[in-house]
Amino acid sequence: MSAVAPAVSASALGRAFRGRWALADVHIELAPGRSLLLAGPNGAGKTTLLRLLATALRPTTGKLAIHGLDARRDPVAARRRLALLSHRGHLYSELSAFENLSTAAAISGRDADLMGLLDRVGLHARAHDAVRTFSAGMRKRLAFARLLLQEPEVVLLDEPFGQLDPAGFALVDRLIGELQDEGRTLVLSTHLVERGAGLLRSGMVLVDGRVVWVGPASETPAAMAELA
Amino acid sequence: MIGVLGQTVAVFRKDVLLEWRGRSRASAVIFFSAMTLLLFSFAVGPGRETLSKHAAGYLWLALLLSSVLSLGESFRVETEDEALEGMRLLPVDPRALFFGKAFSNFGLLLGLGVLLVPGCLVLYSAEIEGSMGLLLATLALGTGGLAAPGTLYAAMTARARGRDVLLPLLLFPLVVPVLLASVKATSLAMTGDPMNQGLSWLGVLVCFDVVYWTLPAILFGRVIED
Repeated sequence: MSAVAPAVSASALGRAFRGRWALADVHIELAPGRSLLLAGPNGAGKTTLLRLLATALRPTTGKLAIHGLDARRDPVAARRRLALLSHRGHLYSELSAFENLSTAAAISGRDADLMGLLDRVGLHARAHDAVRTFSAGMRKRLAFARLLLQEPEVVLLDEPFGQLDPAGFALVDRLIGELQDEGRTLVLSTHLVERGAGLLRSGMVLVDGRVVWVGPASETPAAMAELA
Repeated sequence: MIGVLGQTVAVFRKDVLLEWRGRSRASAVIFFSAMTLLLFSFAVGPGRETLSKHAAGYLWLALLLSSVLSLGESFRVETEDEALEGMRLLPVDPRALFFGKAFSNFGLLLGLGVLLVPGCLVLYSAEIEGSMGLLLATLALGTGGLAAPGTLYAAMTARARGRDVLLPLLLFPLVVPVLLASVKATSLAMTGDPMNQGLSWLGVLVCFDVVYWTLPAILFGRVIED
Protein backbone atom coordinates (compact mmCIF):
# COMPACT_ATOMS: atom_id res chain seq x y z
CA MET A 1 0.00 0.00 0.00
CA SER A 2 1.45 3.39 -0.98
CA ALA A 3 1.36 6.15 1.64
CA VAL A 4 -0.83 9.15 0.79
CA ALA A 5 1.14 12.40 0.78
CA PRO A 6 -0.09 15.03 3.26
CA ALA A 7 -2.27 17.72 1.70
CA VAL A 8 -0.12 20.36 3.38
CA SER A 9 3.33 19.70 4.71
CA ALA A 10 5.34 22.63 6.03
CA SER A 11 8.51 22.34 8.03
CA ALA A 12 10.51 25.13 9.67
CA LEU A 13 8.60 27.60 7.52
CA GLY A 14 9.59 31.21 8.10
CA ARG A 15 9.47 34.57 6.43
CA ALA A 16 11.39 37.73 7.19
CA PHE A 17 10.57 41.19 5.84
CA ARG A 18 13.63 43.44 5.73
CA GLY A 19 15.32 41.50 8.49
CA ARG A 20 12.26 41.31 10.76
CA TRP A 21 10.78 37.86 11.18
CA ALA A 22 7.02 37.91 10.57
CA LEU A 23 6.85 34.15 10.93
CA ALA A 24 9.39 31.62 12.13
CA ASP A 25 9.74 27.88 12.54
CA VAL A 26 6.20 26.80 11.67
CA HIS A 27 5.52 23.10 11.24
CA ILE A 28 2.23 21.90 9.78
CA GLU A 29 1.20 18.48 8.55
CA LEU A 30 -2.39 18.15 7.39
CA ALA A 31 -3.77 14.95 5.94
CA PRO A 32 -6.20 15.29 3.01
CA GLY A 33 -9.66 16.29 4.20
CA ARG A 34 -8.46 17.71 7.53
CA SER A 35 -9.00 21.28 8.64
CA LEU A 36 -6.99 23.77 10.67
CA LEU A 37 -8.07 26.95 12.42
CA LEU A 38 -5.43 29.68 12.73
CA ALA A 39 -5.96 32.10 15.58
CA GLY A 40 -3.94 34.87 17.15
CA PRO A 41 -3.87 38.61 17.72
CA ASN A 42 -3.25 41.17 14.98
CA GLY A 43 0.28 40.87 13.61
CA ALA A 44 0.65 37.29 14.84
CA GLY A 45 1.57 36.06 11.36
CA LYS A 46 -1.70 34.36 10.32
CA THR A 47 -1.96 36.13 6.96
CA THR A 48 1.76 35.65 6.30
CA LEU A 49 1.39 31.92 6.98
CA LEU A 50 -1.63 31.63 4.66
CA ARG A 51 0.20 33.57 1.94
CA LEU A 52 3.20 31.28 2.30
CA LEU A 53 0.98 28.20 2.03
CA ALA A 54 -0.71 29.75 -1.02
CA THR A 55 2.71 30.37 -2.65
CA ALA A 56 1.88 34.08 -2.77
CA LEU A 57 5.04 34.65 -0.72
CA ARG A 58 8.35 32.85 -0.97
CA PRO A 59 9.52 31.48 2.37
CA THR A 60 12.80 32.74 3.76
CA THR A 61 13.36 29.41 5.48
CA GLY A 62 11.80 25.96 5.48
CA LYS A 63 10.05 23.62 3.12
CA LEU A 64 6.51 23.47 1.80
CA ALA A 65 4.80 20.66 -0.07
CA ILE A 66 1.22 20.58 -1.34
CA HIS A 67 0.06 17.02 -1.91
CA GLY A 68 3.70 16.00 -2.17
CA LEU A 69 4.59 18.73 -4.70
CA ASP A 70 7.49 20.96 -3.75
CA ALA A 71 5.74 24.35 -3.76
CA ARG A 72 9.02 26.24 -3.80
CA ARG A 73 10.41 24.45 -6.84
CA ASP A 74 7.18 24.19 -8.82
CA PRO A 75 4.66 26.76 -7.56
CA VAL A 76 2.50 26.49 -10.71
CA ALA A 77 1.91 22.77 -10.09
CA ALA A 78 1.06 23.48 -6.45
CA ARG A 79 -1.34 26.24 -7.49
CA ARG A 80 -3.35 23.71 -9.50
CA ARG A 81 -4.30 22.10 -6.19
CA LEU A 82 -4.85 25.06 -3.89
CA ALA A 83 -6.69 28.35 -3.76
CA LEU A 84 -6.58 31.32 -1.42
CA LEU A 85 -9.44 33.55 -0.35
CA SER A 86 -7.52 36.70 0.46
CA HIS A 87 -8.88 39.80 2.16
CA ARG A 88 -7.32 41.66 -0.79
CA GLY A 89 -10.08 40.40 -3.09
CA HIS A 90 -8.03 39.76 -6.24
CA LEU A 91 -10.83 41.24 -8.35
CA TYR A 92 -10.93 43.67 -11.28
CA SER A 93 -13.38 46.37 -10.26
CA GLU A 94 -13.96 47.56 -13.85
CA LEU A 95 -15.14 44.10 -14.90
CA SER A 96 -18.46 42.51 -14.02
CA ALA A 97 -18.75 39.60 -11.59
CA PHE A 98 -19.29 37.24 -14.52
CA GLU A 99 -16.28 38.62 -16.42
CA ASN A 100 -14.06 38.26 -13.35
CA LEU A 101 -15.03 34.60 -13.12
CA SER A 102 -14.82 33.94 -16.86
CA THR A 103 -11.31 35.44 -16.97
CA ALA A 104 -10.15 33.22 -14.10
CA ALA A 105 -11.84 30.22 -15.74
CA ALA A 106 -10.23 30.89 -19.13
CA ILE A 107 -6.77 31.29 -17.61
CA SER A 108 -7.14 28.16 -15.47
CA GLY A 109 -8.59 26.22 -18.41
CA ARG A 110 -11.76 25.38 -16.48
CA ASP A 111 -15.15 24.91 -18.09
CA ALA A 112 -17.40 25.78 -15.15
CA ASP A 113 -21.04 26.80 -14.77
CA LEU A 114 -20.30 30.40 -13.86
CA MET A 115 -23.90 31.48 -13.34
CA GLY A 116 -24.35 28.45 -11.11
CA LEU A 117 -21.35 29.55 -9.04
CA LEU A 118 -22.70 33.10 -8.74
CA ASP A 119 -26.03 31.63 -7.68
CA ARG A 120 -24.25 29.59 -5.02
CA VAL A 121 -22.89 32.77 -3.42
CA GLY A 122 -26.08 34.77 -3.89
CA LEU A 123 -24.83 37.06 -6.68
CA HIS A 124 -26.82 35.66 -9.60
CA ALA A 125 -28.89 38.84 -9.98
CA ARG A 126 -25.78 41.07 -10.06
CA ALA A 127 -23.77 38.86 -12.45
CA HIS A 128 -23.36 41.52 -15.12
CA ASP A 129 -22.82 44.53 -12.86
CA ALA A 130 -19.36 46.05 -12.51
CA VAL A 131 -17.60 44.96 -9.33
CA ARG A 132 -16.90 48.60 -8.47
CA THR A 133 -20.62 48.95 -7.68
CA PHE A 134 -20.46 46.08 -5.14
CA SER A 135 -20.34 46.44 -1.39
CA ALA A 136 -17.40 44.95 0.52
CA GLY A 137 -19.54 41.95 1.49
CA MET A 138 -20.55 41.30 -2.10
CA ARG A 139 -16.92 41.46 -3.17
CA LYS A 140 -16.14 38.84 -0.53
CA ARG A 141 -18.91 36.60 -1.90
CA LEU A 142 -17.52 37.00 -5.42
CA ALA A 143 -14.02 36.21 -4.20
CA PHE A 144 -15.48 33.04 -2.67
CA ALA A 145 -17.07 32.14 -6.02
CA ARG A 146 -13.68 32.64 -7.69
CA LEU A 147 -12.15 30.24 -5.15
CA LEU A 148 -14.89 27.64 -5.72
CA LEU A 149 -14.31 27.90 -9.48
CA GLN A 150 -10.82 26.51 -9.02
CA GLU A 151 -12.12 23.37 -7.26
CA PRO A 152 -9.05 23.36 -5.00
CA GLU A 153 -8.05 20.35 -2.94
CA VAL A 154 -6.47 22.70 -0.40
CA VAL A 155 -8.63 25.69 0.54
CA LEU A 156 -6.95 28.62 2.29
CA LEU A 157 -9.32 31.17 3.81
CA ASP A 158 -8.06 34.45 5.24
CA GLU A 159 -10.76 36.13 7.36
CA PRO A 160 -13.64 34.65 5.32
CA PHE A 161 -16.22 36.28 7.63
CA GLY A 162 -14.79 39.78 7.32
CA GLN A 163 -17.20 42.45 6.00
CA LEU A 164 -20.13 40.02 5.80
CA ASP A 165 -23.65 40.50 7.14
CA PRO A 166 -25.44 37.73 9.13
CA ALA A 167 -26.73 36.16 5.89
CA GLY A 168 -23.14 36.20 4.60
CA PHE A 169 -21.96 34.48 7.81
CA ALA A 170 -24.51 31.73 7.26
CA LEU A 171 -23.47 31.41 3.62
CA VAL A 172 -19.78 31.02 4.50
CA ASP A 173 -20.65 28.51 7.27
CA ARG A 174 -22.61 26.48 4.70
CA LEU A 175 -19.85 26.68 2.05
CA ILE A 176 -17.18 25.63 4.55
CA GLY A 177 -19.35 22.67 5.54
CA GLU A 178 -19.81 21.71 1.88
CA LEU A 179 -16.09 21.98 1.17
CA GLN A 180 -15.35 19.68 4.11
CA ASP A 181 -18.03 17.21 3.02
CA GLU A 182 -16.35 17.10 -0.39
CA GLY A 183 -13.14 16.00 1.35
CA ARG A 184 -11.17 19.19 0.78
CA THR A 185 -8.44 20.32 3.16
CA LEU A 186 -9.07 23.65 4.86
CA VAL A 187 -6.85 26.18 6.60
CA LEU A 188 -8.79 29.14 7.93
CA SER A 189 -7.66 32.23 9.77
CA THR A 190 -10.17 34.35 11.68
CA HIS A 191 -10.60 36.62 14.65
CA LEU A 192 -14.03 35.04 15.17
CA VAL A 193 -12.41 32.12 16.96
CA GLU A 194 -15.62 30.71 18.46
CA ARG A 195 -17.23 30.53 15.03
CA GLY A 196 -14.15 28.98 13.44
CA ALA A 197 -13.83 26.47 16.30
CA GLY A 198 -17.36 25.26 15.60
CA LEU A 199 -16.51 24.54 11.99
CA LEU A 200 -13.03 23.01 11.97
CA ARG A 201 -11.15 20.13 13.61
CA SER A 202 -7.69 21.34 14.63
CA GLY A 203 -6.49 24.64 15.98
CA MET A 204 -3.22 26.57 16.08
CA VAL A 205 -2.48 29.81 17.90
CA LEU A 206 0.22 32.16 16.68
CA VAL A 207 1.77 35.01 18.65
CA ASP A 208 4.51 37.27 17.28
CA GLY A 209 5.11 34.96 14.34
CA ARG A 210 5.54 31.80 16.41
CA VAL A 211 3.28 28.87 17.10
CA VAL A 212 2.42 28.93 20.81
CA TRP A 213 -0.38 26.39 20.96
CA VAL A 214 -1.68 23.45 18.92
CA GLY A 215 -4.72 21.35 19.77
CA PRO A 216 -8.32 20.58 18.87
CA ALA A 217 -10.19 23.49 17.27
CA SER A 218 -12.85 23.31 19.99
CA GLU A 219 -10.22 24.22 22.63
CA THR A 220 -8.76 27.12 20.65
CA PRO A 221 -11.01 29.83 22.22
CA ALA A 222 -9.91 28.74 25.70
CA ALA A 223 -6.28 28.69 24.62
CA MET A 224 -6.64 32.20 23.20
CA ALA A 225 -8.28 33.41 26.44
CA GLU A 226 -5.43 31.95 28.47
CA LEU A 227 -2.84 33.71 26.34
CA ALA A 228 -4.60 37.08 26.52
CA MET B 1 -5.25 21.93 -19.13
CA ILE B 2 -4.59 25.02 -21.20
CA GLY B 3 -1.32 25.96 -22.89
CA VAL B 4 0.71 29.15 -22.71
CA LEU B 5 -0.92 30.41 -25.92
CA GLY B 6 -4.46 29.91 -24.58
CA GLN B 7 -3.52 31.62 -21.31
CA THR B 8 -1.91 34.50 -23.22
CA VAL B 9 -5.12 34.99 -25.22
CA ALA B 10 -7.18 34.95 -22.00
CA VAL B 11 -4.94 37.57 -20.34
CA PHE B 12 -4.92 39.69 -23.53
CA ARG B 13 -8.71 39.49 -23.77
CA LYS B 14 -9.05 40.60 -20.14
CA ASP B 15 -6.71 43.54 -20.76
CA VAL B 16 -8.57 44.64 -23.88
CA LEU B 17 -11.82 44.48 -21.89
CA LEU B 18 -10.25 46.57 -19.10
CA GLU B 19 -8.97 49.11 -21.62
CA TRP B 20 -12.44 49.34 -23.17
CA ARG B 21 -14.11 49.79 -19.76
CA GLY B 22 -11.55 52.42 -18.78
CA ARG B 23 -11.48 54.11 -22.17
CA SER B 24 -11.38 57.52 -20.51
CA ARG B 25 -7.82 56.59 -19.50
CA ALA B 26 -6.92 55.80 -23.13
CA SER B 27 -8.52 59.09 -24.20
CA ALA B 28 -6.36 60.93 -21.67
CA VAL B 29 -3.22 59.30 -23.11
CA ILE B 30 -4.25 60.25 -26.67
CA PHE B 31 -4.95 63.82 -25.58
CA PHE B 32 -1.60 63.97 -23.75
CA SER B 33 0.33 62.78 -26.80
CA ALA B 34 -1.49 65.24 -29.08
CA MET B 35 -0.66 68.04 -26.63
CA THR B 36 2.99 66.96 -26.61
CA LEU B 37 3.14 67.19 -30.42
CA LEU B 38 1.55 70.62 -30.27
CA LEU B 39 3.95 71.84 -27.58
CA PHE B 40 6.97 70.70 -29.60
CA SER B 41 5.72 72.78 -32.51
CA PHE B 42 5.32 75.82 -30.23
CA ALA B 43 8.75 75.28 -28.64
CA VAL B 44 10.58 75.02 -31.97
CA GLY B 45 8.72 77.92 -33.53
CA PRO B 46 7.03 78.45 -36.86
CA GLY B 47 10.05 77.48 -39.03
CA ARG B 48 8.40 75.04 -41.43
CA GLU B 49 11.64 73.50 -42.60
CA THR B 50 12.98 72.82 -39.09
CA LEU B 51 9.67 71.33 -37.99
CA SER B 52 9.33 68.97 -40.94
CA LYS B 53 12.99 67.97 -40.70
CA HIS B 54 12.58 66.83 -37.09
CA ALA B 55 8.99 65.56 -37.34
CA ALA B 56 10.05 61.91 -36.87
CA GLY B 57 11.91 62.77 -33.66
CA TYR B 58 8.96 64.66 -32.21
CA LEU B 59 6.60 61.81 -33.12
CA TRP B 60 8.71 59.24 -31.29
CA LEU B 61 9.31 61.49 -28.28
CA ALA B 62 5.54 61.99 -27.98
CA LEU B 63 5.07 58.22 -28.21
CA LEU B 64 7.78 57.56 -25.62
CA LEU B 65 6.36 60.06 -23.12
CA SER B 66 2.83 58.74 -23.65
CA SER B 67 4.01 55.15 -23.24
CA VAL B 68 5.03 55.91 -19.65
CA LEU B 69 1.48 57.02 -18.89
CA SER B 70 -0.24 54.09 -20.57
CA LEU B 71 2.17 51.48 -19.15
CA GLY B 72 1.78 52.86 -15.64
CA GLU B 73 -2.01 52.86 -15.99
CA SER B 74 -2.08 49.29 -17.26
CA PHE B 75 -0.53 48.13 -13.97
CA ARG B 76 -2.50 50.49 -11.74
CA VAL B 77 -5.63 48.41 -12.39
CA GLU B 78 -3.61 45.30 -11.57
CA THR B 79 -2.51 46.54 -8.16
CA GLU B 80 -5.82 48.17 -7.16
CA ASP B 81 -7.24 45.06 -5.49
CA GLU B 82 -4.07 42.98 -5.89
CA ALA B 83 -5.70 41.54 -9.00
CA LEU B 84 -2.32 40.64 -10.47
CA GLU B 85 -1.58 38.53 -7.40
CA GLY B 86 -4.91 36.80 -8.00
CA MET B 87 -3.84 36.03 -11.56
CA ARG B 88 -0.43 34.84 -10.39
CA LEU B 89 -2.00 32.44 -7.90
CA LEU B 90 -3.96 30.73 -10.65
CA PRO B 91 -2.09 27.86 -12.31
CA VAL B 92 -0.80 30.19 -15.00
CA ASP B 93 2.54 30.29 -16.77
CA PRO B 94 4.15 33.68 -15.93
CA ARG B 95 5.13 34.03 -19.61
CA ALA B 96 1.43 34.07 -20.50
CA LEU B 97 0.87 36.91 -18.03
CA PHE B 98 3.74 38.81 -19.62
CA PHE B 99 2.79 38.22 -23.24
CA GLY B 100 -0.90 38.95 -22.60
CA LYS B 101 -0.12 42.29 -20.99
CA ALA B 102 2.71 43.18 -23.36
CA PHE B 103 0.56 42.52 -26.46
CA SER B 104 -2.20 44.65 -25.02
CA ASN B 105 0.25 47.50 -24.29
CA PHE B 106 1.74 47.05 -27.75
CA GLY B 107 -1.71 47.31 -29.37
CA LEU B 108 -2.43 50.52 -27.48
CA LEU B 109 0.91 52.12 -28.39
CA LEU B 110 0.65 51.04 -32.04
CA GLY B 111 -2.86 52.48 -32.25
CA LEU B 112 -1.59 55.68 -30.67
CA GLY B 113 1.28 55.83 -33.18
CA VAL B 114 -1.11 55.40 -36.10
CA LEU B 115 -3.31 58.18 -34.70
CA LEU B 116 -0.37 60.54 -34.16
CA VAL B 117 1.07 60.28 -37.68
CA PRO B 118 -1.63 62.41 -39.40
CA GLY B 119 -1.37 64.98 -36.58
CA CYS B 120 2.38 65.01 -37.04
CA LEU B 121 2.06 65.56 -40.81
CA VAL B 122 -0.35 68.46 -40.33
CA LEU B 123 1.40 70.18 -37.42
CA TYR B 124 4.93 69.89 -38.79
CA SER B 125 4.10 70.25 -42.50
CA ALA B 126 5.76 66.88 -43.08
CA GLU B 127 4.98 64.50 -45.93
CA ILE B 128 5.43 60.82 -46.58
CA GLU B 129 7.75 61.00 -49.57
CA GLY B 130 9.23 57.57 -48.89
CA SER B 131 7.38 54.32 -48.29
CA MET B 132 4.16 54.03 -46.27
CA GLY B 133 5.09 50.37 -45.70
CA LEU B 134 8.37 51.42 -44.10
CA LEU B 135 6.51 53.87 -41.86
CA LEU B 136 3.98 51.25 -40.69
CA ALA B 137 6.66 48.60 -40.15
CA THR B 138 8.71 51.11 -38.12
CA LEU B 139 5.68 52.01 -36.04
CA ALA B 140 4.99 48.32 -35.34
CA LEU B 141 8.58 47.39 -34.52
CA GLY B 142 9.30 50.60 -32.61
CA THR B 143 6.22 50.45 -30.40
CA GLY B 144 6.94 46.73 -29.90
CA GLY B 145 10.40 47.72 -28.64
CA LEU B 146 8.82 50.11 -26.14
CA ALA B 147 5.93 47.90 -25.02
CA ALA B 148 7.83 44.75 -24.00
CA PRO B 149 10.52 46.23 -21.71
CA GLY B 150 7.94 48.81 -20.59
CA THR B 151 5.64 46.03 -19.43
CA LEU B 152 8.44 44.44 -17.41
CA TYR B 153 9.48 47.70 -15.79
CA ALA B 154 5.88 48.77 -15.15
CA ALA B 155 5.37 45.44 -13.32
CA MET B 156 8.59 46.00 -11.35
CA THR B 157 7.65 49.50 -10.25
CA ALA B 158 3.89 48.97 -9.87
CA ARG B 159 4.07 48.63 -6.09
CA ALA B 160 7.00 50.97 -5.53
CA ARG B 161 6.41 54.25 -3.74
CA GLY B 162 7.87 56.48 -6.46
CA ARG B 163 6.61 54.42 -9.37
CA ASP B 164 5.74 57.41 -11.56
CA VAL B 165 9.36 58.57 -11.41
CA LEU B 166 10.97 55.14 -11.38
CA LEU B 167 9.35 53.85 -14.55
CA PRO B 168 10.81 56.47 -16.93
CA LEU B 169 14.13 56.40 -15.08
CA LEU B 170 14.45 52.68 -15.78
CA LEU B 171 12.80 52.58 -19.19
CA PHE B 172 14.28 55.56 -21.04
CA PRO B 173 17.96 54.53 -20.97
CA LEU B 174 17.04 51.01 -22.09
CA VAL B 175 14.99 52.07 -25.11
CA VAL B 176 17.48 54.63 -26.49
CA PRO B 177 18.59 52.25 -29.30
CA VAL B 178 14.95 51.56 -30.25
CA LEU B 179 14.20 55.29 -30.21
CA LEU B 180 17.21 56.09 -32.42
CA ALA B 181 16.44 53.35 -34.96
CA SER B 182 12.73 54.27 -35.02
CA VAL B 183 13.46 57.97 -35.58
CA LYS B 184 15.92 57.19 -38.38
CA ALA B 185 13.57 54.76 -40.15
CA THR B 186 10.56 57.10 -39.75
CA SER B 187 12.59 60.00 -41.04
CA LEU B 188 13.53 57.96 -44.13
CA ALA B 189 9.87 57.04 -44.66
CA MET B 190 8.91 60.73 -44.45
CA THR B 191 11.71 62.35 -46.41
CA GLY B 192 12.42 59.55 -48.89
CA ASP B 193 14.90 56.70 -48.86
CA PRO B 194 16.94 56.82 -52.09
CA MET B 195 19.73 54.63 -50.72
CA ASN B 196 17.43 51.99 -49.23
CA GLN B 197 18.70 52.46 -45.69
CA GLY B 198 15.26 51.92 -44.19
CA LEU B 199 15.54 48.15 -44.24
CA SER B 200 18.80 48.26 -42.27
CA TRP B 201 17.13 50.29 -39.55
CA LEU B 202 14.21 47.86 -39.54
CA GLY B 203 16.76 45.07 -39.11
CA VAL B 204 18.17 46.85 -36.06
CA LEU B 205 14.64 47.16 -34.65
CA VAL B 206 13.93 43.46 -35.27
CA CYS B 207 17.11 42.52 -33.36
CA PHE B 208 16.16 44.71 -30.39
CA ASP B 209 12.57 43.43 -30.45
CA VAL B 210 13.74 39.82 -30.31
CA VAL B 211 15.87 40.59 -27.24
CA TYR B 212 13.27 42.87 -25.63
CA TRP B 213 10.45 40.33 -26.01
CA THR B 214 12.52 37.31 -24.96
CA LEU B 215 14.35 38.49 -21.85
CA PRO B 216 11.37 40.08 -20.08
CA ALA B 217 9.30 36.96 -20.77
CA ILE B 218 11.93 34.95 -18.89
CA LEU B 219 12.30 37.49 -16.08
CA PHE B 220 8.63 38.39 -15.60
CA GLY B 221 7.86 35.48 -13.26
CA ARG B 222 10.67 36.57 -10.92
CA VAL B 223 9.60 40.20 -11.04
CA ILE B 224 6.02 39.59 -9.98
CA GLU B 225 6.85 37.08 -7.24
CA ASP B 226 6.92 38.54 -3.72
